[in-house]
Amino acid sequence: MTDYPADSILVLLDTTPSGALTKSAAGLLGAAAGVGTPVALIVAAGGEQLASDAAALGAARVLVAEPTELGAQLTVPVADALAAAAELVRPDAVLVSNSIEGREIAARFAARSRSGLAVDAVGVSRDAEGVIAHHSVYGGAYNVDSAVTWGAPVITVREGAIDARAEAQPVSIERLEVAASARRAAVIDSVDEAVVTSSRPELRGAAKVVSGGRGLGSEEQFALVDQLADVLGAAVGASRAAVDAGYVPQSYQVGQTGVSVSPQLYIALGISGAIQHRAGMQTAKTIVAINKDADAPIFEIADFGIVGDLFTVVPQLIAALEARKA
Amino acid sequence: MKIVVLVKEVPDTYGDRKLNLETGLADRAASDTVLDEIGERALEVALSYADGHADTEVVVLSMSPEAAAATVRKGLAMGASSAVQLVDEALVGADLGLTAEALAGALQHIGYDLVIAGNESTDGSGGVLPAMIAELLDVPNATSLNSVEIAEGEVRGERASDHGTMQVTATLPAVISITERLPDARFPNFKGIMAAKKKPFETLSLAEVGVDAETTEASRSIMISLAEKPPRTAGTKIVDEGDAGERLAEYLVQNRLA
Ligand SMILES: Cc1cc2nc3c(=O)[nH]c(=O)nc-3n(C[C@H](O)[C@H](O)[C@H](O)COP(=O)(O)OP(=O)(O)OC[C@H]3O[C@@H](n4cnc5c(N)ncnc54)[C@H](O)[C@@H]3O)c2cc1C
Ligand SMILES: Nc1ncnc2c1ncn2[C@@H]1O[C@H](COP(=O)(O)O)[C@@H](O)[C@H]1O
Repeated sequence: MTDYPADSILVLLDTTPSGALTKSAAGLLGAAAGVGTPVALIVAAGGEQLASDAAALGAARVLVAEPTELGAQLTVPVADALAAAAELVRPDAVLVSNSIEGREIAARFAARSRSGLAVDAVGVSRDAEGVIAHHSVYGGAYNVDSAVTWGAPVITVREGAIDARAEAQPVSIERLEVAASARRAAVIDSVDEAVVTSSRPELRGAAKVVSGGRGLGSEEQFALVDQLADVLGAAVGASRAAVDAGYVPQSYQVGQTGVSVSPQLYIALGISGAIQHRAGMQTAKTIVAINKDADAPIFEIADFGIVGDLFTVVPQLIAALEARKA
Repeated sequence: MKIVVLVKEVPDTYGDRKLNLETGLADRAASDTVLDEIGERALEVALSYADGHADTEVVVLSMSPEAAAATVRKGLAMGASSAVQLVDEALVGADLGLTAEALAGALQHIGYDLVIAGNESTDGSGGVLPAMIAELLDVPNATSLNSVEIAEGEVRGERASDHGTMQVTATLPAVISITERLPDARFPNFKGIMAAKKKPFETLSLAEVGVDAETTEASRSIMISLAEKPPRTAGTKIVDEGDAGERLAEYLVQNRLA
């Protein structure tokens, strides 16, 4: 079976350490279906079980690989599998999630195959010459399109940025044999998987986000952010100052060196709105800010700004929202 | 131990960052430039190891326009032993592939036991160069490290991964990248600034590191269009008079956001 469609788009799907597809799969396959025929690559032990999930999300064909050093070595085994899949499929483009693992696999593969690499795309399209990546740079201040000089581009796609979804496909699995490249790799000594205890939406791709900053004052008081988020069904984010102060883990950080979000609603509580924070959230549809400093820069971009003490305004807001629900 | 730290000059994120709408390049005249903060933290990792190990050589390496020399020198003032700047007209607007090849070429030229980079630069934010460079050099990459322990012949640390953390070890020579979880860098002091003037500062061209920017063997990523989005404007701003929470609830409901 080497008859892959001429317009194949090879999509590497991330998996969690406990062996499920990550949330990014739907967007990646949705993006791929918009520009060609999605061929998924799953690199995981027992990947066959995930093939039907991938097909349900739009993968016309699913390649499953389990390279020997998978889970023992960092990045290289999956990059080897991606190289083998690209060799077999000869795709028009390779799409990979812009996750930490994904982008480094893409990096190694692009460097090895000397392919043009485009990172952190928020969309893809196609013209007469091939697949184009769309980017939103400098905190959404510019829209940039990129293409490659020849061959299939390797594109990493920002998690949560793609709304398009592909139609479900019948399951078609092929096992991919991977010859190890023998590239030197770091060794994984142990993995400590973060337990997802909350039923809250994930920050990346969430429709609503409530973020807290240094103004929350302490880890205990940060619970107010969680409470408002839960009333609204929103994800929780934070400023770097809140992360540095230990109120929340690093994965909550919104901004230039954290997560970039583009939700329908972004509520900033006790956040001054430093430019690096704005870089990660200013493309939100509606921005609400509560800050006791009337001159805080966050108000320059807020659709609804409240100059006030968040510890009085937020509990009143929560009560009002709950009263309406009841 | 020879440690090479990859540092980059970037537009100051505290200012307005502009792209030139004609060339698509960062408009250096429009904003102040600084040594990227994450690069400073990477240098701090090297310097604090050097503090405890006298036979350590710390080199800062930057690929940048000639005008960035002063920024690179800051690395010397902070305590690096020498600096290397890769400067070449052919690198203007370099994509990730060419940047990785150029830096890998420079690293081979300089020699290294350990390469330390930032996990992401604040302007490119690719987060890919350290892994690309490792691939080209055929050395392990231990990237996105929240902690770094340099030992005899190897480097270990906690890696921030997508679903938690992992402990990783790489045999030297290796490329590592670090996250903002590592400490802020030291400030250059007067003694450091004076000493920096006497430290070796080498400028390399692409030809000297054996890289051909014009090769057609590699596919390159090119910018084909660029548009500036209108800046956001402020909407309603109210001062809380005891009912701001109610009014916000009203606003959210009216806009179907709650
Ligand atoms: C290279 C670099 C990268 C960075 N990356 C990021 C990033 O990714 N994300 C990020 O967020 N930052 C980032 N920063 C840091 C950024 O510059 C700011 O320091 C940070 O965003 C400030 O966080 P903050 O707004 O919570 O804190 P502060 O600036 O201290 O603001 C706290 C605000 O809370 C308000 N407040 C206090 N008490 C109350 C109250 N009771 N009610 C209402 N309001 C109250 C205050 O008026 C103040 O405006 C970066 C910086 C650099 C140099
Ligand atoms: N032009 C450059 N010169 C030296 N180092 C660089 C350069 N660009 C990127 N790096 C290094 O690679 C890291 C990641 O960059 P990036 O892949 O652009 O996010 C940075 O933190 C630097 O350590």
